[in-house]
Amino acid sequence: MNIVVLVKPTPDITKVKFDIEKGTIDRSSAELEINPFDLYAIEVAVKIKNLLGGTVTTISMAPPHGEKTLRDAISRGVDKAILLTDRKFAGADTLATSYTLAMAIKKLGTFIGKVDLILCGEKSVDGDTAHVGPEVAEHLGLPHASFVTHIVDISSDRVVVETDYGDSYYQLELKLPTVIAVSRPLMFRGALVEPRVPRLSDILKARRAKIDIWNADYLSDVANISRFGLVGSPTRVVKAFYALTTTKTPMVIKGDEGVDMLIKILKEKGVLR
Amino acid sequence: MSWRGILIYAENYSGRVNSSAFELLGKANELKIRIDGEVSAITLAREDVDVVVQQLISYGADRVVVYKVSSDEELANQLIHRDAIVDTVNMFKPKLVLISATPWGRSLGPRVAAKLGTGITADCLDIYVDEQGDIVQVRPAFTGNIIAHIKTLTNPVITTIRPKVFPIPRPDPSKRGEVVVKNIEELNLSNDARNIKVLGVAKVKEVKLPDVQIIVSVGRGLRGREDIEIFKEFAKMLGGELGCSKPLVDMGWCEKDRQVGFSGNIVRPRIYIACGISGAPQHIAGMKDSEYVIAINIDETAPISKYSDLLIVGNMYEIIEKAIKKISEVKKDMLTT
Repeated sequence: MNIVVLVKPTPDITKVKFDIEKGTIDRSSAELEINPFDLYAIEVAVKIKNLLGGTVTTISMAPPHGEKTLRDAISRGVDKAILLTDRKFAGADTLATSYTLAMAIKKLGTFIGKVDLILCGEKSVDGDTAHVGPEVAEHLGLPHASFVTHIVDISSDRVVVETDYGDSYYQLELKLPTVIAVSRPLMFRGALVEPRVPRLSDILKARRAKIDIWNADYLSDVANISRFGLVGSPTRVVKAFYALTTTKTPMVIKGDEGVDMLIKILKEKGVLR
Repeated sequence: MSWRGILIYAENYSGRVNSSAFELLGKANELKIRIDGEVSAITLAREDVDVVVQQLISYGADRVVVYKVSSDEELANQLIHRDAIVDTVNMFKPKLVLISATPWGRSLGPRVAAKLGTGITADCLDIYVDEQGDIVQVRPAFTGNIIAHIKTLTNPVITTIRPKVFPIPRPDPSKRGEVVVKNIEELNLSNDARNIKVLGVAKVKEVKLPDVQIIVSVGRGLRGREDIEIFKEFAKMLGGELGCSKPLVDMGWCEKDRQVGFSGNIVRPRIYIACGISGAPQHIAGMKDSEYVIAINIDETAPISKYSDLLIVGNMYEIIEKAIKKISEVKKDMLTT
């Protein structure tokens, strides 16, 4: 089974600082790390490989310094990592990003025969769109499931998953190849998936590992390069601002008086009679 | 044919149209003044086609397109919905397509956009037409820290709208509209749709937190798993539901459906009571738009205080247990008198 895990290097959202004037993030304030949702995709990919054999390849589209997060992926049990990096990829929205990733998967398929399973996190902590998984599937003409909470079972030609539709969780059987975007917490065959803490020896090994660097021209035999980057992106951010400036100043009450105030407020709000 | 009018997608995978579709119809009618053309609705249905059509027209659709399917499995197959939406878009060329940003809609929307090769903007909190006549979509990013205004250069503009942001309009039962009913067999279904087999409902959600008006949430301040019952009892007393922060889900103490935060539920209840929750950014992203926030925390400087209307500094167990006692005494008095 040939598995691809799509990984996005994202800033650590608990440490990152925001430029309140410009409504952007201060990229120097936090280092890039693997998008937390993608850690679950990596872990489950390694578990599937251990069960059925095969390879796990990570693909990431990022600036050159995103290479560090790919080494992190290798230390977590991934066999091979590909970094898609080129100025021509810059400024991409989700449509252009997903197209680029899909074409890289296609290209990888020409080397390794075929890709059976594509895994990714349901969304990223910076973009929050949840678009890329379903869009990659669309570009490749594959079925997909997003917001997957349980990979119930997998064999060489099909996978059974539970996915959150909103009101209920549905069980789906997808024929391979397919795209699965995973949620967290995530279960695999009835057990909770916990992203591993890489061992020191794996971290050292990953430091020496080779990262394949692919640019836009390299994909030109499988892709239409005018669909990459800003040129291939139909959406534009016209303005942005920091959303959390309007913080409140609460009324502060201590101890038992708090109980009375709590009840008073609940009565005022019509919750209690 | 030029791109005009608005198409809303009415979510129906279970046999019942999700009420968020009516919110979209309300917003579409508001935008219609600035975007020339009709408000159309597209949906899929297995039976009760007339009921669904009447419902959508009364909530504001000028035209309804229904694709009839013959089984529950087809109704719950997302890629059949994608094929139906793409068919309607090709038929009517709408300028704007609105889809509810439920998990189903957020999975379906990007399939439609990529199939049509157009742009999509996720989980929007607002949408308006600017001075130049362009559609502008407003959405949070960076775990709710940034609000971005986004334009789409291609047609149609596709937007998923967060449920419960726009009100449901008052239905008008006397309203009339155009109806188009198609059988799904008339469509040339894509191959990928056949590679999904819907096996059925695995689990119905115990609670749908975004629909709840009063939420009592617990966090890391909880000492033991069994203590959850105290806070659940308090929530029930107020006619509300229990919520929790992410660490409790990670520890397996609380089910995911009750998680408030970026990776759980984004809620905006009338009253949100945060017990022993310090206020990590990922939690704030899930509750900051609540109408009235009460935080109960031992630490006066906890970040949650900046998003609270009332901060009670103290031991959350003592405060909630005393409140439960007082409220039940009052209730007892009311029963005896």
